[in-house]
Amino acid sequence: MDAQWVQFVAGGLTVGSIYALVGLGFSIVFNASRVINFAQGEFVMIGGMSAVSLLIAGWPMPLAIGGAIVVATIVGLLLAKVAIERARRADVVTLIIITIGASILLRGVAQLVWDKSVHRLPPLSGDAPLQLFGATIVPQSLWVLGATVAIVAALTWFFRRTRLGKAMLATSHNKLAAELVGIDVKRVLLASFGLAAALGAVAGVLIAPIAFTSYDTGIMLGLKGFAAAILGGLGSFPGAIAGGLALGLLEGAGAGYVSSAYKDVIAFVVILAVLFLRPDGLFGALRGERV
Amino acid sequence: MGVTDIARLALRGAGIALAFSAAAAFAQEPIRIGAFLSVTGPAAFLGDPEQKTLEMYVERLNAAGGVAGRKLALTVYDDAGDAEKARTFTKRLIEQDKVDVIVGGSTTGTTMAAVPLVEQAQVPFISLAGAVVIVEPAKKWVFKTPHTDRMACEKIFTDVKARQLTKVALISGTGGFDKSMRGECVKVAPKYGVEIVADETYGAADTDMTAQLTKIRGTPSVQAVLNAGFGQGPAIVTRNYRQLGITAPLYQSHGVASKEYVKLSGDAAEGVRLPAAALLVADILPDADPQKKVVVAYKSEYETKYRSDVSTFGGHAYDGLMLAVEAVRRAGGTDKAKVRDALEATRGYVGTGGVVNMTADDHMGLDLTAFQMLEVRKGNWVVIR
Repeated sequence: MDAQWVQFVAGGLTVGSIYALVGLGFSIVFNASRVINFAQGEFVMIGGMSAVSLLIAGWPMPLAIGGAIVVATIVGLLLAKVAIERARRADVVTLIIITIGASILLRGVAQLVWDKSVHRLPPLSGDAPLQLFGATIVPQSLWVLGATVAIVAALTWFFRRTRLGKAMLATSHNKLAAELVGIDVKRVLLASFGLAAALGAVAGVLIAPIAFTSYDTGIMLGLKGFAAAILGGLGSFPGAIAGGLALGLLEGAGAGYVSSAYKDVIAFVVILAVLFLRPDGLFGALRGERV
Repeated sequence: MGVTDIARLALRGAGIALAFSAAAAFAQEPIRIGAFLSVTGPAAFLGDPEQKTLEMYVERLNAAGGVAGRKLALTVYDDAGDAEKARTFTKRLIEQDKVDVIVGGSTTGTTMAAVPLVEQAQVPFISLAGAVVIVEPAKKWVFKTPHTDRMACEKIFTDVKARQLTKVALISGTGGFDKSMRGECVKVAPKYGVEIVADETYGAADTDMTAQLTKIRGTPSVQAVLNAGFGQGPAIVTRNYRQLGITAPLYQSHGVASKEYVKLSGDAAEGVRLPAAALLVADILPDADPQKKVVVAYKSEYETKYRSDVSTFGGHAYDGLMLAVEAVRRAGGTDKAKVRDALEATRGYVGTGGVVNMTADDHMGLDLTAFQMLEVRKGNWVVIR
């Protein structure tokens, strides 16, 4: 009975890391443009499905993964250039609706380019379960957790130490001021979508050996990643991570201790409760207005 | 004979010739078969082989001269798994396309949406969906070809009893088929001396079932586990099952009786048992089996034409079409009431699903011998007797 909670935590952290990566994508795009990109889940799907195609075409695994990330990034950049940039003078709500339309389009194209079946990627280091602290996890879970940690570290370095990263941070704080000091806001928007797409693709490639991939996996993952980003505070990077892991743990604990039928209800009720008490999310900074 | 006499004779002759040709033209009226299938959407793996099968065999039958001298005309609509769309298309088939018989309804949801329409319009309808509610209570104009979920439960529990096990844990999804089968299994369990000791569920899009399976593993008396579901959920359950090192026998439903399930589950599927139609093991059926000829023929014809593995769902569509065609033959035409009566009188029809014997109360006509109990060994099916 004691080992059970370790198992719930292990499962919850694995799936929570995926929600965290997807939530990061939401926060990055939101920061650069105040747009909630509802096509984020589709980037995850494109990453997973592209890797499957490249693998079937005979590419070795590392190249297939790299290629999948490149494909998703290109799709993200196209979305930013063709749809969002053109409509940038429009209302934010209009832009959000455009991303919803884009997600439907991407799902439809995915059905044509690939198929409607469920696919699986081979795991990075085998299927043999490992015993850790009384719980069994598959090696792929460790890859997911490890990759998430590495990505968070890389993003921190990127935003603190590189010019483009600092430009993106500046834009997220105050777009007008960033423009006035010479930051090319259009470039920042493109870079944000590209980065969010790449993150989504990484999540898709990592989770495909455990949770499979198909043309419609983006719907649920996008929704949960969005919930994670909101829970942690939309726009906050540590918030997206914390929100994702928290959501994953809530689902695991809910299924394990309360009822597997209601685990999604439990998770979302908790999110609503948190938002009632702290509308800006766990890590959301209370924004002041300068009069 | 005067000119007017000859003219009158010619006119009479022409009139008779016209009457004959009109009768002949009327006899050339095609037999209209309507179908609404879930070719795209979440049930695409049901509707896609069904559509392919219907199209292929209508073409073959027409090439062989049609049925009773008449060609078959097939109209297929894609409802994408949406019950509301299925209702709309059924209406169109009945009112606009004026079909004689409907073969369709890939899922229980889409089938039940069409049932009130066919009952009111009095059009014979052969459903391709699984749940027992479709034919129980028997509705006058509704028939079905696939085995019911209740039969799957009974076949599984028969095997459980044969292994001298009594305590079974259930894990199922929240979709229509899953819920229906779970309900049926709970109902019939006492008949086989089986006690349901755990009952977990997961969402259709869930990616991790280790929490539910950990709870099942923690239930001390569990002797076997039954996963009533279809789609990708059962494959994830199977993988999680092996990951957690649960040794109790695992049973799946006929909803995942396909190579796709085995591929997705990989080595984890080793030893998993499920009930399935003979079609899946056509090659290893003994020659004496009554179904051998039909399933081997369908399998080779389908796989040659479409270059993809045959599926039991396509087999259900084959049976539906052949039952309809046979009923039209026996009824001597497309009078809907006569076709319906002929369908109900079907006896000894050997199809891909089994041997069909319909009665007024039984509009499916299959018994437990129509299911084979299969086990996965080294990525392939093995028949358990």
